[in-house]
Amino acid sequence: MSERRTPLFLERQSYRRRRLIDMIRMLPVIGALLWAVPLLWRSGPDSDVSTSTAIIYLFGVWLAMVLLGAVMAKLLKLAETEQDIKDT
Amino acid sequence: MATLNILVAVCLIYVTFLFTVAFAAERAARRGHGGWLRSPLVYTLSLSIYCTAWTFYGAVGYAARSGLEYLTIYIGPTLVMVGWWWILRKLVRIGRSQRITSIADMISSRYGKSNLLAVGVTILAVIGTTPYIALQLQSVTLSFAVFSESQPVAGGITDQDSTALWVAMGLALFTILFGTRNLDVNERHHGVVIAIAVEAVVKLFALLAVGVFVVWGVGGGLDETLQRIDASEIGRWEMRGDRWASLIFLSAAAFLCLPRMFQVMVVESDRESHLRTASWAFPAYLMVMSLFVVPIAVLGLDLLPEGSNPDLFVLTLPLATGNESLAMLSFLGGFSSATSMVIVAALALSTMVSNHIVMPIWLSATGGGATISGDVRNVVILSRRISIGGVVALGYLYFQLSGGGTALASIGLISFAGVAQFLPVLLGGIFWRGATRIGAFAGLSVGFVVWTYALLLPSFGSGALISESVMLNGPFGLSWLRPQAFFGIDGMDPLVHAILWSISLNTLVFFVASLMGFPSPLERLQGAQFVNVFEHSRRPQGWSGNVAQSEDLMIMAQRILGAQEAQKLFESEARRQGVSGYLPDPSPDFLQVLERELSGSVGAATAHAMIGQIVGGASVSVRDLMAVADETAQMMEHSSQLEAKSEEQARTARQLRQANEKLTQISVQKDAFLSQVSHELRTPMTSIRAFSEILRDNERLSEAEKVKYSSIIHGEAIRLTRLLDDLLDLSVLENGQVNLNLQRGVLSNVLDHAVSSALTGSIDTRLHVYRDRTQEAIPINTDLDRLSQVFINLISNAQKYCDADAPELTIVVRPSANQIQIDFVDNGSGISKTDQAVIFEKFARVGEMKAGGAGLGLAICREIMVRLDGSINYLPGQGGAAFRVLLPVSLAKPAH
Repeated sequence: MSERRTPLFLERQSYRRRRLIDMIRMLPVIGALLWAVPLLWRSGPDSDVSTSTAIIYLFGVWLAMVLLGAVMAKLLKLAETEQDIKDT
Repeated sequence: MATLNILVAVCLIYVTFLFTVAFAAERAARRGHGGWLRSPLVYTLSLSIYCTAWTFYGAVGYAARSGLEYLTIYIGPTLVMVGWWWILRKLVRIGRSQRITSIADMISSRYGKSNLLAVGVTILAVIGTTPYIALQLQSVTLSFAVFSESQPVAGGITDQDSTALWVAMGLALFTILFGTRNLDVNERHHGVVIAIAVEAVVKLFALLAVGVFVVWGVGGGLDETLQRIDASEIGRWEMRGDRWASLIFLSAAAFLCLPRMFQVMVVESDRESHLRTASWAFPAYLMVMSLFVVPIAVLGLDLLPEGSNPDLFVLTLPLATGNESLAMLSFLGGFSSATSMVIVAALALSTMVSNHIVMPIWLSATGGGATISGDVRNVVILSRRISIGGVVALGYLYFQLSGGGTALASIGLISFAGVAQFLPVLLGGIFWRGATRIGAFAGLSVGFVVWTYALLLPSFGSGALISESVMLNGPFGLSWLRPQAFFGIDGMDPLVHAILWSISLNTLVFFVASLMGFPSPLERLQGAQFVNVFEHSRRPQGWSGNVAQSEDLMIMAQRILGAQEAQKLFESEARRQGVSGYLPDPSPDFLQVLERELSGSVGAATAHAMIGQIVGGASVSVRDLMAVADETAQMMEHSSQLEAKSEEQARTARQLRQANEKLTQISVQKDAFLSQVSHELRTPMTSIRAFSEILRDNERLSEAEKVKYSSIIHGEAIRLTRLLDDLLDLSVLENGQVNLNLQRGVLSNVLDHAVSSALTGSIDTRLHVYRDRTQEAIPINTDLDRLSQVFINLISNAQKYCDADAPELTIVVRPSANQIQIDFVDNGSGISKTDQAVIFEKFARVGEMKAGGAGLGLAICREIMVRLDGSINYLPGQGGAAFRVLLPVSLAKPAH
């Protein structure tokens, strides 16, 4: 129950874990920005962006999100097991 | 050529397969080896009910009409999943720590367990979901119709209405079977979840198969397909920026707020770590699902005749190119998407309707609430079943009334916008402690009024439900209130307009009303719990249970959780408190735990009300409020340390007090016993001495007198021996020097023997024994004679001490995985709480009623049961005296 006061400076592993979580937090923001890029394209029949280009761009962002997410999840899992080992 | 009959047959086989899978999963889970049922993969696949028939068929139609805009519907959820650390993680943690059963339960719990709010959310969720269920029914009937068109022989099943009716009934049946099998305290449904996961695989595979076929089979490869796309009528980037942004927002919001999504994401969630995997795996699923949508749409526009329904390209394209089996697969994919959505939506809504509308009404209608007789569980399950039927019937009715026309096609986004109104209240509830019940109620009301007025009513067509003049000039000529141009801002897309105004007015009103109001203590406690769920996952204390009687609570809990579950819970709580037996002290802690367990079955608001009835109202102590108000870590630590210490001291004191009481009682008993034994020994001794003296000194005794006196001596000697035997038996058992004679046998035979020998031996055979022989046919491997000795003792005790006018003894046998539980319950006045603590001690006799044996019977029973690896306990709260014998199915290790 009792919450220990967290020290100002963390050990290296905890520090890394926190930065990892920061990255996970940022991921949707990055995604939202990248997916907002199409708002800058000129729209309409005379648009210089063809649908195939748009598809490749949008799905490219998607794939990047998935891969990044998977890597982050893996790293987080590793970090958490390390934490558990240290705690016990 | 595939006939309609084959299609129907395939459907039936598929449905049978689903039933089998669900049934097998339920069974595996019940037997305790269902670990694989709860893997991250299954969790991810179950999330795919987001992709309904609207995705499967509708996405292609959407793409054919408006190009890449359909992607917004999947980008929103992707962002939510990728950003799981922000919102989903918190929702799942709260859901688990508070035993949330639905989104209505979540919102009502957060805002002081207000049932009014829960009712509101439930009604709005039903309004928002019904059209969506209708949409699924429509998609199934339409796809059936496609096959019957390609097949001129009308087989009588082509009637759309009857198809929809059959599908609706089948789905309701499935949901009732696997969604309400038992009243799970965790509200998890293994069968349903695994069936959903299977359907997720089927629909993904079907759509991929069609996509691959279209790109490489018809389109002529990747490059050529891309060229075709650019050459088509959707070949240029054409997008309204406001729609792009607001639809991404809308789908993200709906993903969090849809009752069915909440059900699979939060309620059915088993482990938080599953979320970590789903955070990237589910976006991958969505990506693959939407990958081939544009190629299918473009080739459909290219190849199929002008005017064919683009919503059915997934089906008509394979059919038109003569690929019947692919079309069949695609049909199954669409069928899967539709059915899984309806099943989970019906499940989620029925939980809400039953917990927040039916149960409160039933409880207040029956007056006494928790204290009335009867099994509340049956009522809960029945009301859920009726609610499921009702929800599906509503969907069918909507489908009928709307005529299954194109009006349904646009309903997907309208429905999304409806449930998205929960978002401000939901997010405000988990991130802002200042959010209040009044604010939530006001915000939700405003949001829904705006949504209805600006989006739902106009969607039926101008002049249908809302008159033309209102559309053009506003109500009562107030032009700033025109449904699609609030405040005179013209020219916005109607959907974007409605989303913008409903959500922003909703949020504004929620915020302002929360700022101005003052929350009740319970709201503030719940608020702190929700917002700071990661700091302290323990619940605040809301009950002071001094008034509550544990026995009343147990009677209520047995009715809701079931006798087994309730007894287990009470026993483990009692053990945690350091009290032996089944009745823990009604400490605030224990009441919290009990309330949370109950809320898993009947919802937080109802559980709170039920406990309130017994305990006599919630009270929030000053200390609790201080704990909430107290922001500094130091204070928190200090007080929690003190609390832990004082709790420990209290527990130790309780244990000591109990031990002391027991010691005193035992010592009193021992004194009493010594005089008793001396008396018991002395009486026969006296007569033996007297009569043997007569025999010795009197020579002129007749033969008859000699026989009489010597048989008296003999009888008295037997009595002495029996007493000494009992004492010896006990001491042998206690020293563990007993040899067990292991035999195989059947429990019912042992009981037969025990009942007959206990009842025939006595004059007083009024006792009526009730048994259920079907339950008793259990093979056992144990010392049958010793077991029989225990039973005989319990039965003859009932005979001796049951003080009812018509004494009855009920023997209930309940087998479980590795134990058999045998309850002996009589209808007398039971054993008082003070006596319960000592009846298993040596020489104890209850009250000073009738002189029986020396008070060794139950002590011997207990020793025997320990030797047999089982136990015997007194079971309180059953009406009369009740003993529970627990026996292992097979005694493995032979005692020495």
